[in-house]
Amino acid sequence: MGRKTSLSGILVNGALLLIVLIWTVPTLGLLVSSFRGQEAVRDTGWWTAKPAELTLSNYDQVLGGKEYADPTLPGGVAKGENMSNAFLNSLTVTVPSTVIPILIAAFAAYGFAWMKFPGRKVLFVIVVALLVVPLQIALIPILRDYMQLNLTGTFLAIWLAHTGFGLPLATYLLFNYISSLPRDILESAFIDGASHFTIFLRLILPLSVPALASFAIFQFLWVWNDLLVALVFIGSRPEVAVLTQRLQDMTGSRGQDWHLLTAGAFVTMAVPLLVFFALQRYFVRGLLAGSVKG
Amino acid sequence: MVALLPVYVVWNPDRTRKGEIDMEQVREREQSTGVVQWIAANLARLLISLIVPVVTFVVMWQGFVFLRGGAAPKPVVATVAIIWGVGGVAALFVLSNWLVEQLPLKWTAALRPFVFVGPAMVILTWYLVLPTLRTFYFSFFNAQSTKFVGLENYIFALTDSAMLESFRNNLIWLVVGTGLSVVFGLLIAILADRSRFEVIAKSLIFLPMAISFVGAGVIWRFIYFYKPVGAEQIGLLNAFVVSLGGQPQAWLTLRPWNTLFLVAIMIWLNTGYAMVLLSAALKGVPAELLEAGRIDGANEAQIFFGIIIPYIQGTIVTVATTILIGCLKIFDIVFVMTNGNYGTEVMASQFYKQMFKFQNFGRGGAVAIILLIAVIPVMIYNLRQFREREAF
Repeated sequence: MGRKTSLSGILVNGALLLIVLIWTVPTLGLLVSSFRGQEAVRDTGWWTAKPAELTLSNYDQVLGGKEYADPTLPGGVAKGENMSNAFLNSLTVTVPSTVIPILIAAFAAYGFAWMKFPGRKVLFVIVVALLVVPLQIALIPILRDYMQLNLTGTFLAIWLAHTGFGLPLATYLLFNYISSLPRDILESAFIDGASHFTIFLRLILPLSVPALASFAIFQFLWVWNDLLVALVFIGSRPEVAVLTQRLQDMTGSRGQDWHLLTAGAFVTMAVPLLVFFALQRYFVRGLLAGSVKG
Repeated sequence: MVALLPVYVVWNPDRTRKGEIDMEQVREREQSTGVVQWIAANLARLLISLIVPVVTFVVMWQGFVFLRGGAAPKPVVATVAIIWGVGGVAALFVLSNWLVEQLPLKWTAALRPFVFVGPAMVILTWYLVLPTLRTFYFSFFNAQSTKFVGLENYIFALTDSAMLESFRNNLIWLVVGTGLSVVFGLLIAILADRSRFEVIAKSLIFLPMAISFVGAGVIWRFIYFYKPVGAEQIGLLNAFVVSLGGQPQAWLTLRPWNTLFLVAIMIWLNTGYAMVLLSAALKGVPAELLEAGRIDGANEAQIFFGIIIPYIQGTIVTVATTILIGCLKIFDIVFVMTNGNYGTEVMASQFYKQMFKFQNFGRGGAVAIILLIAVIPVMIYNLRQFREREAF
């Protein structure tokens, strides 16, 4: 490729730059606006922002609760709902919703890959078939079960739901990986007298870290960014509401408060972006490995 | 689940396990021949087998009650919840494996696979298999699932004007959303492959994948934001239009184009995904093949359509299918941006309205089943792909 003329090099890089700009500017606009004051965001375009006018007050308000005048209170100021609470809820929902399906799927993947039992093939075909089932189909029946069990609005309810919906892909991805590990490792471990359980814990889990990490990133992003499952199973209980719910609320109730909306959006995006940049390599690997899925 | 397992516990002193010799047991046998001691020893084992699960269950239940009460400060609840949830699942596996190992050897061998795959299958059955059947069942009933109405809900779903509108819109999502995501993904993959800035460019294009639909909704509402003529536009798109001498538009209520403005968000989010997969596939095209094409006098376009495209066809199909399913199930973008108003309704937002706004489980169920039917071809394709592989 080195023999190309410099003109085509400029064309390629120019076109690429243009596309990258189009793809980046929306996020950039959000980021800049989140650091501008209420009037500035409301009255002028973010591209006119000067470094001097940038402030952290939007984040203050979003994380600490919006201050508004309330003459009935001693200070004359009341604080509205804040996002710190929702942030903790998102963490509480997301961490177990990521770890639990991985654990369950890793055991299942090992079972399918290295154990012989009746019904093995049929069960795995079911897993593959479930890969593309739209989760909408499960919402009402599960909600009915939860009402009977008095589970609605609990963390357990939403962990189990995310586990159920993430399990087909998790099992499938981990099966692909674990079944491709060399058979000799297991055989020599058996000769040494290890049980399946020990082999799984001591040998297979550590060897599968790349695959586990890939799926963990998927599931983490998916759960953190999910709105539908949270809406259905957490509902409108503000004390357990997650970030996406809070942000969606804000777009309804504060649709014109762009200074708060932009800061709020960035609060919800901070963790996934961090995870994404830190673990991008695993993420890409996971995408490539899971490419048979729908 | 934990509480049910002790039923299987039968202590058999004659078992020996492959490779693992219980020294204590051997010594016990050698030293004590007394029947009383034998019974005592095994009674203790049996008791432990019963007590351990019960204690585990009680501890787990206490944790659950504590969490449901929610009286403690938030960070404490969050920490306890995380430990409880993750630890509970780990305990479940350790415990059920331990219980199965207390059984006679033959039983252990037969039951152990189910310790591994059992929990996954139970959850999949509860959360996906049974719900599908249950939704199918109540899609033939009225709103409260009290009266059988035959195909009425399906007739509604296939003839109602809002549903027809959502079919049309879903079709736009499928064709435009999938098509442009793949085309842009491929274009960027090719450009990046020839550029020195490949890594950074791909990272930036890929970045929106980490952003939620709701977050993307806020970003794009800001871009589409409309102020009347004369006011300074703060939405990027209107500012751009005005600077070119045009009239500002309320893009999100502008029928019939507004659906396309929503689809643009999906394309923005998904192009990175398409790019990553297609880029990997492009790098897999053998250089000799391209070289041979050039020697035969093919131009770049002929090489692209004659060699590269056929070579990466499989990946294109995979990428397109994945995005296709995403477009079919699209919900959050519509819900956040327009809530299905101004003619932007799609199937999943109709489903949500029927189920949760109108509480009509029959109609909602019928829409969900139609969604499922729409993905069945992909399901069959996946199963066929799976059968072709030698892995199983």
